[in-house]
Amino acid sequence: MSKIHVNATVNGDAVEFLCEPDEVLLDVLRDRLNLTGAKEGCGTGDCGACSVTLNGRLVASCLVLGAEVEGSAIETVEGIGTADALHPLQRHLLDHAALQCGICTPGIIVAAKALLAENPDPSEEEVRFWLAGNLCRCTGYDKIIRAVLSAAAEMRGDSA
Amino acid sequence: MKQDFKVLGTRPIRPDGLDKVTGKAMFGADKSVTGMLHARVLRSPHAHAEIVSIDTSKAEALAGVKAVITGDDFEDVDNRWTRYTMQNCMAQGRALYDGHAVAAVAAVSKKVAAEALALIEVTYKPLPHVTDVDEAMAPDAPVLHEGVKGRNLGDDVSGNTVGYYSFGHGDPETGFAEADEVIERTFKTAAVHQGYIEPQACLADLGADGRGELWCCTQGHYEVRRICAEILHMDASQLRVTASEIGGGFGGKTTVFIEPVALKLSQKAGRPVKLVMSREEVFRATGPTMSASMDVKIGMAKDGRITGAHARLRYQGGAFPYQMVMLGAMSAFAAYDLEHVQAEGWDVMTNRPKMISYRAPGAPMAVYAVESVVDELCQKLGLDPLDVRIMNAAREGSKSSYGPTFKAIGLVEALEAAKAHPHYSAPLAPNTGRGVSCGFWFNFGGQVSVSMAINADGTVNLIEGNPDIGGSRASISMMAAEALGIEFDRVRTIVGDTASVGFSDVTDGSRVTFAVGIATINAAKAAIKEMCKRAAMIWEIDEESVEWIDGAAHAVGHNAGTLPPMTLAEIAATSGKTGGPIAGHHEGAPDKAGVSFGVHLVDVEVDPETGFTAIKRYTAFQDVGKAIHPAYVEGQIQGGAVQGIGWALNEEYIYGEDGRLQNPGFLDYRIPVASDLPMIEPVIIEVPNPGHPYGVRGCGETAIVPPLAAVSNGVARAIGARLYALPMSPPKILKAL
Ligand code: FES
Ligand code: FES
Repeated sequence: MSKIHVNATVNGDAVEFLCEPDEVLLDVLRDRLNLTGAKEGCGTGDCGACSVTLNGRLVASCLVLGAEVEGSAIETVEGIGTADALHPLQRHLLDHAALQCGICTPGIIVAAKALLAENPDPSEEEVRFWLAGNLCRCTGYDKIIRAVLSAAAEMRGDSA
Repeated sequence: MKQDFKVLGTRPIRPDGLDKVTGKAMFGADKSVTGMLHARVLRSPHAHAEIVSIDTSKAEALAGVKAVITGDDFEDVDNRWTRYTMQNCMAQGRALYDGHAVAAVAAVSKKVAAEALALIEVTYKPLPHVTDVDEAMAPDAPVLHEGVKGRNLGDDVSGNTVGYYSFGHGDPETGFAEADEVIERTFKTAAVHQGYIEPQACLADLGADGRGELWCCTQGHYEVRRICAEILHMDASQLRVTASEIGGGFGGKTTVFIEPVALKLSQKAGRPVKLVMSREEVFRATGPTMSASMDVKIGMAKDGRITGAHARLRYQGGAFPYQMVMLGAMSAFAAYDLEHVQAEGWDVMTNRPKMISYRAPGAPMAVYAVESVVDELCQKLGLDPLDVRIMNAAREGSKSSYGPTFKAIGLVEALEAAKAHPHYSAPLAPNTGRGVSCGFWFNFGGQVSVSMAINADGTVNLIEGNPDIGGSRASISMMAAEALGIEFDRVRTIVGDTASVGFSDVTDGSRVTFAVGIATINAAKAAIKEMCKRAAMIWEIDEESVEWIDGAAHAVGHNAGTLPPMTLAEIAATSGKTGGPIAGHHEGAPDKAGVSFGVHLVDVEVDPETGFTAIKRYTAFQDVGKAIHPAYVEGQIQGGAVQGIGWALNEEYIYGEDGRLQNPGFLDYRIPVASDLPMIEPVIIEVPNPGHPYGVRGCGETAIVPPLAAVSNGVARAIGARLYALPMSPPKILKAL
């Protein structure tokens, strides 16, 4: 079967690629577009390591077909902050030592950013339920939850 | 021992942090090279089967397939432990468990590789199998390998029983006779997986000239090099192994599962080969930890004194001989100062994936059984569980249940901190119970190499050989900065490949901060000695009259006060004219690691309708000796506690009658998620380890040990009935209610 031609934007840049009809977006990002920030932890939608946003909606990129994203806007961890201008979530995760191995971190950042876009003032419980799809085996989540709450406070302009 | 620290105890941002929050960090599966092929592995659907034949011709004929290998492609090796590892990576003659690799393909794309797998025809002849430890030990069990039965074992156990160990002193029977209450129980714990989020991945390139490059996620690239060089019959010097960033390991990445296969495919195809495991493969074919069946008998006097204790531990470790129950038998009663104690253990093979270490390997299940019986005795005799533990606690000078006499340890301090903590006296809600448990881990030293260069601009580069699994580059840089007397951000620590720094043992046993720390301090001492020499030379005074204080050479003795101090940066700047580059290095095998005890408190609420257990409050106390970077120490304690909670409540390898794993995915093998948990409060206790210049003990493993019993003891108190098996899933709790 021949490949499918797709146009989309990734982190604001126009991209054009050919992919197999059954090729998932995660593989397109990693193998074709050299964006390896999104990780494959399971390939079945259960770990959240591959989280990206598709037209602003949080998705598991291992469950989206590359061929489906024609005309869409995709954001990955690579599009969220840069080394000299980190997003508050990135800064607070670092300040709280909220990553140990860091393999879950890109997915956590993408997912938490999507949460704060929808709910700038989440409770601890809301953060915990939102991030329930992002597995972290290292941290026990404590420092991640604190980092997200304090980043949210900073983004709201709370003095805390 | 040094006590006034400038850098230690602070919480700087880790050096690899920026790359990890921006998606730049390169993990195992993130590297690609030109001309690279993609590999896939074919795995046995049978729990135990003879491989009658494998026909690879159709796969080889498929366009885009560049190499196909089977067990026949691997030559035998002399070292039997390496042979087991090799045969675990690729079956030879028999498939020993569901998921055992039988063939592998390298092709131009993932898609072609997957298509080729479907074209390989394997003819199996199924054989009888066994997956339960007690059944596997029974004399009539199907035996996995002949001739490997443990030496001192009789006819009452099968040939699957590969080892027997016994530790203790005194006579437990005498102790039981002195007791007012004796309780004996049998426990079972399921096999659980390390559950690292990053599946095993590697990129191998083995050229026709016999030189190899291997990139992989591992806890020990020197160990990977040793095993792969033996299997591929190469000189170690010809195989350069580079450790990628590692997405979790917890012991599960201390050996190889795919690297020899990728190297062999690369050799055959003449091209680089990338091999990445799927999550299903990780569950079916990489090591979970052991499952266990255990009997524990403990006698207690009315006042709470433990008079005698005995444990019998039967561990199931999968399809090859292994040695691990020993650590369980040594850990079981380590928290107690006992006159009469014995712990025995048996290592047993079954038709399951070969076990590999999981955080404090062997200890959590043994301690679970012991701490459960201690708790039941406390309930029966109406005694406070912390008071009883304080009364019987091991302390400095206690002869441990496994032999050595303890030096300074912090168990009593941890127990007393737990007793004084507001958590312990907080009121309990209905259907809620408070559980307590102790935990223990040895910690370890091992071989280590560190190389330190003082740059002309006054900064420092340090190369170590241990993959950084949770922030060790930060803690090593901190110790280097402390030893040299400079700021943290002037030091950059990297993990070198196997060709750039000397041998280092695997990142395991909570050894890195301890052992690499000692090597770093010694390397700094060597550099300091050289810097003092240069200062003496410039000042034209005796070397003995120069001392290193706070990052600078000071003239002392009769020259004191006559010369202004010369800083590291000043000495480094002129090093080209005073004798060339300044460096320090250290190679050694420090062996004075300090054991670490922990005490956990948990409040659990059990829903009487559903049997669901919720963790309401959790506090973990741990003696770490000295916390170099307290935030990462807290993280180790929190992460370990949550893994233990998963072990207690949810996680379990489930096998069917057919011997096949029924839940090889995160949906059915459920690790704790954020919404399952409250905050985990860590309380760091610092009783310095006399065997380390800064008092470091190591902290990574102890925290997974107490949660199993702490949660179970909490459930027992919440529902007024005790479970003797893990995990305590809702149906099992409903049954007990
Ligand atoms: S890789 Fe997509 S959810 Fe796990
Ligand atoms: S930091 Fe390792 S999985 Fe989250």
